[in-house]
Amino acid sequence: MRDVAIIGIGDTKFGELWDSSLRKIGIEAGIAAIGDAGISGDEVDALYVGNMSAGRFIEQEHVAALIADYAGLTKNHIPATRVEASGASGALALREGYLSVASGEYDIVVVGGAEKMTDVGDEDITSIQAAAMDQEWESVFGATLPSLYAMMARRYMHEFGATREEFASVPVKNHANAAKNPKAQYRRAIKPETVLNATMVADPLGMFDCAPNSDGAAAVVLAPMEIAKKYTDTPIRISGSGQASASLALHQRRDILTMDSTVYAAKRALKQAGKEVKDIDVAELNDNYSISEILALEDIGFVEKGKGAKFSHDGQTAIGGKIAVNTSGGLKARGNPIGATGIAQAVEIVRQLRGEAGERQVDGARIGLTHNVGGTGATAIVHILEVA
Amino acid sequence: MGSIPRFWRENPSRYNLVGVKCENCGRVFFPPREICPVCHRESIGKMKRLALSGKGTVYSYTLVQDAHPQFEMLKPYVLAMVEMEEGVRITSQIIDVEPEEVHIGMKVEAVMRKLGAEGSSGILHYGYKFRPVKK
Repeated sequence: MRDVAIIGIGDTKFGELWDSSLRKIGIEAGIAAIGDAGISGDEVDALYVGNMSAGRFIEQEHVAALIADYAGLTKNHIPATRVEASGASGALALREGYLSVASGEYDIVVVGGAEKMTDVGDEDITSIQAAAMDQEWESVFGATLPSLYAMMARRYMHEFGATREEFASVPVKNHANAAKNPKAQYRRAIKPETVLNATMVADPLGMFDCAPNSDGAAAVVLAPMEIAKKYTDTPIRISGSGQASASLALHQRRDILTMDSTVYAAKRALKQAGKEVKDIDVAELNDNYSISEILALEDIGFVEKGKGAKFSHDGQTAIGGKIAVNTSGGLKARGNPIGATGIAQAVEIVRQLRGEAGERQVDGARIGLTHNVGGTGATAIVHILEVA
Repeated sequence: MGSIPRFWRENPSRYNLVGVKCENCGRVFFPPREICPVCHRESIGKMKRLALSGKGTVYSYTLVQDAHPQFEMLKPYVLAMVEMEEGVRITSQIIDVEPEEVHIGMKVEAVMRKLGAEGSSGILHYGYKFRPVKK
């Protein structure tokens, strides 16, 4: 297997982009990444696109070929592949692109992620999100994605004595970071009371415990390390790529407070990279709900099981804390256009490792981690990125 | 939310809580699976049907305020994960209860109720929900 580097990044602003279609945002991110890499379109060998549900959000399947078409990449008839693992679609596309370069099959690969969610109403979005769960044994009985995370949160409070105030520290910190990110959906800081007094979605999770519905796209350009320096002075090496699965239904898991998929994906990625958790300087974790970031901190190993809520509340995950988490603003405040999220996480880590993160820069960041989850944790993907 | 056969084929489990027991290792699963995830090949042909007792305790719960369109008229409703006597966990609603009375460890029993309908005048779907066990 060859070493693989990210040589270009690009992303759109995340938010309710009413004037933009899926193809438009997909291309905007892709062109930005190709421009950043300084390559020509003719050099692209293949395209991978992470997308969860264009079929239901915009009634359009076959979106990889569509984006290749509108990006002007059909002239060379390159392979264009859509990749889906619900919320983890973006990271899975990155992993498939990574494997295709590592294997020697392709040299220059563009990996994009895109989702256009706001062409349908909020209730339809609730139903589409629920397709990431077990339709026959969860959704049919009235379960929604936030309601399953709410049951994790309730059980966590019961077992570890955690409080809603502690959970609230996650969105408060992520909004503070997003205020420093020009691409973020919500660029304003919020107070803990805002989280605690928000309308309930599924008790104990309120509106501000949940990531928003967003439109957006992000892209990276991959190349084998041996030629990466030809394109950029700052190639970022993908030193670890781990993927794992678990039961689709939350109630079938060994423990609803441990995402075994995250545990295994992190172990595999860290082992491949030859790194330990303590080596990580900056991490983008899957905070689709406040409880999610807390479980991820524990399952990856930044903190012991049961201590994550307090660790977060103590400020250890803020920039300048023990481990800077979600400097982009995370899914909560940067926004969560589902299929784009896993790629956007990698884009943020590359910015941090290049020292281009502006006001939210983590000093001396050399090693970063991304963590992307599908559904309630049936898929998890972890990547380790390093300054080459 | 799906066709008639899609619901009909799951009726035994939705009406009568029919799961399976792996006769190789003794583990119980709900809904039924063809292969035991622990015993793999050893379990083929040994996954025997087993109706759950319907009794269990609340493992976790939530009050759902933001629901799918088809549950619009029910909200807010209590959704719970129930740990059954046989050890498996099941997700469904808790009914005939004030939301504030629901707690982790609460004893509940399964009852059959309407789950949904195909549009406003279509086929009705039934299945299990849970209610508190009367003291």
